[in-house]
Amino acid sequence: MTLYWEEEMETLPRVGLESIQLKRLQHLVARVCKTVAPYREKMDAAGVKPEDIQSIADLAKLPFTVKEDLRENYPFGLFTVPMDQVVRVHASSGTTGKPTVVGYTKKDIRTWSGLMARALTCAGATSADMVHNAYGYGLFTGGLGAHYGIERLGATVIPVSGGNTKRQITIMKDVKSSVLLATPSYALNLAETMETQGVDPKDLSLRVGVFGAEPWSENMRNEVERKLNIKAVDIYGLSEVIGPGVAMQCLEGEKGMHIFEDHFLPEIIDPDTGEVLPPGEKGELVFTTLTKEAFPIIRYRTKDISRLLYDDCACGRTLVRMEKVTGRTDDMLIIRGVNVFPSQIEHVLMGTEGVEPHYQIVVNREGNMDTMAVEVEVSEDIFSDEIKKLENLTKRIQMDIKDMLGVTCRVKLVEPKTIQRSEGKAQRVIDNRQL
Amino acid sequence: MRVEQIAVFLENKSGRLAEITATLAAENINIRALSVADTADFGILRLIVDDVEKAKSTLKNNGFTVGITNVIAVEVADKTGGLARVLKTIEEEKLNVEYMYAFVNKTGENAVLIFRFDDMDKAIEALQRTGYTILSGKEICAL
Repeated sequence: MTLYWEEEMETLPRVGLESIQLKRLQHLVARVCKTVAPYREKMDAAGVKPEDIQSIADLAKLPFTVKEDLRENYPFGLFTVPMDQVVRVHASSGTTGKPTVVGYTKKDIRTWSGLMARALTCAGATSADMVHNAYGYGLFTGGLGAHYGIERLGATVIPVSGGNTKRQITIMKDVKSSVLLATPSYALNLAETMETQGVDPKDLSLRVGVFGAEPWSENMRNEVERKLNIKAVDIYGLSEVIGPGVAMQCLEGEKGMHIFEDHFLPEIIDPDTGEVLPPGEKGELVFTTLTKEAFPIIRYRTKDISRLLYDDCACGRTLVRMEKVTGRTDDMLIIRGVNVFPSQIEHVLMGTEGVEPHYQIVVNREGNMDTMAVEVEVSEDIFSDEIKKLENLTKRIQMDIKDMLGVTCRVKLVEPKTIQRSEGKAQRVIDNRQL
Repeated sequence: MRVEQIAVFLENKSGRLAEITATLAAENINIRALSVADTADFGILRLIVDDVEKAKSTLKNNGFTVGITNVIAVEVADKTGGLARVLKTIEEEKLNVEYMYAFVNKTGENAVLIFRFDDMDKAIEALQRTGYTILSGKEICAL
C-alpha cells in the first residue's frame, strides 16, 4: 500500500494541479515584481507584466534567473520580505569565493519541513522510524533541511552529520536506525567501514536509504543496496530552490523522482537557446518556486541535465518525474556532496605566490570515495632544493582549498610543461569517475 | 667558500633520472656528486657538477625546473669516525643541517661532505674556527 503525506496534493489530476500552479504563479510574479527591484528591472527589460501570465505556458515569457544574479545581489538583494521575517539563512559556495545566500521565513521552514516529510514518506518512512541523518549540518541545506523534515514526520532523528564513521556505525547498531540519509559515496564508505569492522549489515535494522546531493549511477545504487542490504532511493534538491525535498523517488517507481509540482514548477530548456523543450526531451532543468516567501525564485537555471517523464507511476502519484540528473551544462564538479568549480581552485592557486596558471584537477573514485587531486606545475619561483619547503607549499595550497571549499584534496607537484596545453579552452578537469 | 649545487625537480616517473644524466653527458658535463631526496609524489635531485651555468641552461632548455643553491663542502680524512667528528662539532655549535650527502675522492684518502645549513654564514665560521677544510667549487672539480 502506498503511503502519502498529503494524498490530495500528491495525486491531483493534472488539470486541478495546473489550476493551483497558475494561481500560485500569478500571485508570485505580482509579489516579486512589486518587492524586488532586480526582478522588476529584468521584467521591464523583457517587456513583461505580471498580468501577462494567463497560463502556465506564459511562464516562458519571464526572464531566467541564474547563479550570477544571486551573486550580484549578495547577500539579501533578492529577498522579498524584511529581514525581521527571515528566521534562517543557508549558503552555498560561489565560483570565485563569494557564497550565495538564501533565506527562509517561518512559513518557508514549515513548507520545507512538510516537503521533506513528504519525501521521506515517499521512501516508506513513518513516525515509527529511527532516521540516521548523515548529511552535513551547517550552511549546507542537507543536514538541517532533512532534520526538520524527519521531526515533522514524527520519526526520531539521529543528527549524526558527517564524519566519525566508526562511531556512526556503533550508533546505528545501538539505536537500531532504520532509515539512512547520506550522500551515496558516504553510504558506501559506511558499508566498507562495516566490512573492516566485521559488522554484518544484516544485523542492523536499516531498511531504506535516501541518497542525494551528488551524482550517482545505477551501478552505484545496486552496490549500495547490496552492501547495506537496503533499498536505495534518490532525492533531489538545491539550495537556490529550497534544499533537499524538491523531488523524490518513490519506492514503487523504477525511474525518476516525483517533482513536488504544487510547490515547484519545472521546465526543460535547450541550454543554448533558452527555448522550452517538449515533454520527454533532454535538456537543462529550470525551476520556479510557487510557495516560497523569503526567497522565491523565477525560472532558475539549475545547469542540471534531465528529462521530465509524464507517464503514470505505479505509486499513484500524479506528480511529474524527473530523470536522474545525467550531467551538467557547466564545469561544476560535485565532490563528496560539495559543489566545486574549477575557477575556485584557480582562484586559490593564483593567490599563491609563484604558482603558474597551469593546473589540472583529477577526480577519481577510490574505493567508494570521490578523491580530488590538484596538479600544479613547479616553476622556478616555487622550486626549492628542500623537500620541507615544497611540502609546506603543497600543504598551504591544500589548506586554502579546504578553507574555501570545505573539501580535502591532494596537491601534487608536477614537472613544468607536463600538463596538457589546449588550443582553445583549457582542459582543467579529468573526471575518471564512472557515473 | 661556498659551492654551487644544482637542484632539479623530479616527478616520480620511471626514466627521469636517466634522462637528466644523458642530457648532461651529451653536453660533456661531469657530475662530481649527487643525491636524491624523495617523497611519495616527487623527488629533488641535487648535483655538484664541473660547469654549473652550462648544466643549468642545458637542463632548463630540456624542460626541467632547475635551481641553484649554495652548499658547503667539508673535506675530512676517509677514516672511521671522520663524519662523526664533524657532526659532533655541528651539534656543539648548534648548527641546523637541512640535508647532507658525501662522496670519496679518487685517491681514496679524503671524503667530501656536502652540507646545507639553515644558517650558512654561521656554519662556515664555526667549521673554519674548529679547523676543518672547506673546499671551493673549483677545488672539488680538481679532486
